[in-house]
Amino acid sequence: MTAHTLRLRLGLGLRLGLGLGLRLGLGLRLGLGLRLGLGLCLGLWLCASAGWVFAQSSTEDITQYRDMLSDSNPAELYIAAGEDKWNTPAGPKKTNLKYCDLGLGAGKLEGAAAQLPRYFKDTDRVQDLESRLMTCLSQLQGISEQSIIDAPFGEGPKKDLNEIVAYVVSRSKGAIIKVSTQHPKEQAIYALGKKAFYTQAGPYDFSCASCHSQDAKRIRLQELPNLTSPAGAAQAWGSWPAYRVSNGEFWTMQHRLNDCLRQQHWPYPVYGSDLTIALSMFMAVNANEGLYQAPGLKR
Amino acid sequence: MSQEPSDADFNAMLKRSLRAEGIAVIERMEQDTTQALCSDPAFLNSPAGKQKAEHIQQSNWMAIKAPSDGRYIGDWKRGEAIAQSGRGGTWADSGKEPSGGGCYNCHQIDRKEIAYGTLGPSLWNYGKQRGYSKEVITYTWNKIYNAKAYQACSSMPRFGHLHLLNQQQMQDLMGLLLDPRSPVNE
Ligand code: HEC
Ligand code: HEC
Repeated sequence: MTAHTLRLRLGLGLRLGLGLGLRLGLGLRLGLGLRLGLGLCLGLWLCASAGWVFAQSSTEDITQYRDMLSDSNPAELYIAAGEDKWNTPAGPKKTNLKYCDLGLGAGKLEGAAAQLPRYFKDTDRVQDLESRLMTCLSQLQGISEQSIIDAPFGEGPKKDLNEIVAYVVSRSKGAIIKVSTQHPKEQAIYALGKKAFYTQAGPYDFSCASCHSQDAKRIRLQELPNLTSPAGAAQAWGSWPAYRVSNGEFWTMQHRLNDCLRQQHWPYPVYGSDLTIALSMFMAVNANEGLYQAPGLKR
Repeated sequence: MSQEPSDADFNAMLKRSLRAEGIAVIERMEQDTTQALCSDPAFLNSPAGKQKAEHIQQSNWMAIKAPSDGRYIGDWKRGEAIAQSGRGGTWADSGKEPSGGGCYNCHQIDRKEIAYGTLGPSLWNYGKQRGYSKEVITYTWNKIYNAKAYQACSSMPRFGHLHLLNQQQMQDLMGLLLDPRSPVNE
């Protein structure tokens, strides 16, 4: 497929997606009595940009929304765009990504995402999906990792990366989460992630554990998974990356963690940094044996 | 499975992974003794940890300041707005406007607001249930000022101690909870 038809297909797809989202959004507002959360949003740490606030239990509404969509998650559009990006030569080196090794061998995608993060010999570090894909984009296509790190979320090279992520995780849907702790570096980063999870700092004394270490709690109406329990970790880890209905964006785990660290009132995490990978390793190992259902559909 | 990482390794990881952004400066990662204790659940559960927790509670207690004008109960209407707003303090905030209390993030307060969190207990009918005695009033002031004076590792932020709210704001929140005319005490 040429770059031109690719752009065309993507543009059409996204417009279609927007229409769908809008239509459903309107339907939901009337049907389920949602209210536009402008007022409420001021009260949410989470609501950086005004969005929807669900009037009933958020789980209940999102379940109904999922039913309405049945099998068609708007993330499908990202998956299709990502598949094209995987196969189409790009970057200064004009190569595709078929030789990218996500841990199971060059180009082997089936189930690969469900086993990340993991140790990679060539980089001599533990990598999550996003940081590993940055390695591939840089080594195979000659795209600078820094340009991806520096891009705003959802724009430019980060948008490209989102699409590739969507495609790769779609090839693990339904797999069992199996993250290794065999290698000493895997053990070390798990331990660092666990310590980070419980570390309190900043003006609000917050750690991840402040919000995510008990069952059945909420911030406003948003339910907080208990990421220290196997069931809670599997439910959460296994459903990211995800398409977010509230803002019509596709978010990877890197983006999810960034937004949680913002409301934790911490300094800014560098995209793909070891802290983010360590936290992911902690969650992923806790989620082991759970079902990998990404890409998910979220509030 | 995993060995405790050394402080050096851990701090090096934080250093290469976090950067300042706006008002969220890197110094935010310097812990005080309360934060250091509460970051270590295994130690916290040991006899030595429990002793330390008492010590920490004591030092938080000593630092509580009563309102300088002697007034505890402010305007409940303004209090409600402060309880609603979760703004302030993140890298996305300018730091120029006063922060909100974000109380509804964790508490039910006026039951007309249905979008409330559950990390903390319900505060609906707070004064009606407890009464409006001097003891209740000072307890509540102290709690908002510094919840760690009662429970070293409470997950409630220390609003007065860490200057998240000013005195006037805390007085107004007191009004929301403890003015008999506040809708919370209907
Ligand atoms: C102040 C509370 C707070 C803190 C601190 C916090 N989070 Fe969150 N987190 C939330 C909320 C609220 C949501 C739900 C967001 C939504 O519904 O849009 C969430 C969602 C998540 C999710 C997605 C869960 C799912 O099932 O979709 C993950 C994973 C997560 N947080 C991890 C973390 C990690 C790791 C940390 C520490 C770096 C952290 N959070 C710190 C409040 C917090
Ligand atoms: C991050 C969650 C969180 C936020 C935000 C929060 N609280 Fe709390 N609060 C708690 C928890 C947890 C408790 C119970 C543990 C304790 O007493 O320290 C509590 C306890 C209290 C109590 C004592 C209740 C009793 O029955 O003794 C009061 C009063 C209170 N909070 C008021 C407030 C006010 C006012 C605000 C807003 C300025 C606020 N809280 C914000 C979590 C929170």
